[in-house]
Amino acid sequence: MIPERWLNLGILAALVAVPIWALVVDEPFIITLVTRAVIFALAAVGLNIALGLGGLVSLGHAVFFGIGGYAMGILAYHAQTFTPLAEWPFPIDGTKSMPVIWLVAVTTSTLAALLIGLLSLRTSGVYFIMITLAFGQMFYYFSISWAQYGGEDGLSIYVRNGFPGLNTLDPIQFFAICFALLCAVLGFNALLARSPFGLALNAARQVPHRVETMGLSPFRLKLVAFVISGAVTGLAGALFADLNRFVSPTMFSWQMSGEIIIFVILGGVARLIGPVIGAAAFVLLEHWLGGLSDYWHIYLGAILLGVVLFARGGIVGLVARAHG
Amino acid sequence: MSAILIIEQILNGLQLGVMLFLMAAGLTLIFGVMGLINLAHGSLYMVGAFAAAAVAGATGSFLLAMVAAMAAAAIAGVLIEVVVIRRLYAKDHLDQVLATFALILIFSEGVRWVFGSFPLFLDIPDYLSGPVSLPGGIQYPLYRLVLIGIGMVVGLLLWLLTQQTRLGIQIRAGENDREMIAALGVNISNLYTLVFAIGAALAGLAGALVGAIQSVQVGMGEPVLILAFVVIVIGGIGSIQGAFIGALIVGLTDTLGGVFLPQLFRLFLEPAGATSTGSALASMAIYILMGAILIWRPTGLFGQRA
Repeated sequence: MIPERWLNLGILAALVAVPIWALVVDEPFIITLVTRAVIFALAAVGLNIALGLGGLVSLGHAVFFGIGGYAMGILAYHAQTFTPLAEWPFPIDGTKSMPVIWLVAVTTSTLAALLIGLLSLRTSGVYFIMITLAFGQMFYYFSISWAQYGGEDGLSIYVRNGFPGLNTLDPIQFFAICFALLCAVLGFNALLARSPFGLALNAARQVPHRVETMGLSPFRLKLVAFVISGAVTGLAGALFADLNRFVSPTMFSWQMSGEIIIFVILGGVARLIGPVIGAAAFVLLEHWLGGLSDYWHIYLGAILLGVVLFARGGIVGLVARAHG
Repeated sequence: MSAILIIEQILNGLQLGVMLFLMAAGLTLIFGVMGLINLAHGSLYMVGAFAAAAVAGATGSFLLAMVAAMAAAAIAGVLIEVVVIRRLYAKDHLDQVLATFALILIFSEGVRWVFGSFPLFLDIPDYLSGPVSLPGGIQYPLYRLVLIGIGMVVGLLLWLLTQQTRLGIQIRAGENDREMIAALGVNISNLYTLVFAIGAALAGLAGALVGAIQSVQVGMGEPVLILAFVVIVIGGIGSIQGAFIGALIVGLTDTLGGVFLPQLFRLFLEPAGATSTGSALASMAIYILMGAILIWRPTGLFGQRA
């Protein structure tokens, strides 16, 4: 058993060391693989804010992942076809600039999370799980029937979007962008958990009626957590679409929502680094088991069952002492 | 637009509705009695369809195929109940969602491994195929009418089972207070396995019946599973009556919306735009309906107040 802080630093160090090693031995594929893990981790860190701190089991976080993806896809599509995004009330052009795309992705997923949260948080328990699942399906079917942006086939973007001062087509530089964002969000998450808001949210998860008697509104606390959570996952979606230079309705699918939950649980729910470890472990398993057998989902399912039944607390729970 | 088209579409909606009811009945019983949210219910639907296709291919008998579907799904259901699900009753919903999600992965890949990735086909037997003439000169496929009939009969049997039999009394008592009925000498563990097997057999039957209209393939269960979730959320979790009403509402909304919304939009939009807007909205209609019902009644139409 090692202290959790060391584990956190160790994992982040490993996430930097592996791509640098891959750069030295000239294995760009490994850099891309780690970038994929980092982006999944960002999505899962987002979910962990709602799930770990707020106790909100959202089976619809693919909504925000997909909105982020489509924000990138739509903006870049209009930029590469030189068509205006909208002509009314004033002309809006597409863009190939990452910071602008991130801003749009975060804003739209924040709005979506606010709307979905306002409706879904009226329910709790199993109804909450199902209504978030239903919202996910709603966006999924909408994206399939939205012929203007590729419908079922999705949208391909020819060249990865740009970031001022960097060459994003170079795998290691794109990795650096994603990793920096992950670190920033992890820092924000750590601050949030220790802030008065985080403590109140924690209390609202455990004993909502006591929080209410203190004059705080559990509904509002959970809503804020859900919105922050959706915004972070939306940002991850924009990065994921940029990584693949492709966005399709699959990003909205409920399997995607399930996978984001798996990242969190595999690593350890409510632990800062849990989602990062979970996402990295998932990408490793996907790569390794996928190479061993065409039917690797059977093994993934068995591992997941084992974690749920016997290793509550995930990988972090197995190797690290709680805050100490 | 003719009255015949409307009646045909209403019948199609009813047919989808009763098939959803077969799925939703099991889900809602399992949730009501055991407090378990079972994502793997769609896998049991798939198991039923594959068992039916395999048996029909080997023997040529449609009836045997249906029996095989129910038996295979029930056996698979009992197996996962005893090995996995039993350990989940005391856990929270998050664990249940994940463990049953893991079961979906295992079932889907397992079936793909055994049967391959290509869809199988299950044929409607001669004595059930072809159209029948309904009053008013409507030609409607006999098989779909049979599906509606089977759904109604199963609904009636389930109602009789839960309201009129000793087992039904135990099931309803289990929903209210599982410790008390255990203290009264009912073997609660066997009761749970039995309820799970009944739910699984119904899902398997639905899979086999629908498999004869559509193709039998891996992943066929999940879209139906999500529709069945919508059904039980609308109807109120734990209520058979709610599942029946909810299933008919969802079946009719989905079918009629898909046909009539594009035509409705054609009244004030140009045809191409009307078709795409209408069909986009139609595919979202049941989820919008579910959202609206939950805002109005957060525990569904027939759910108990939390």
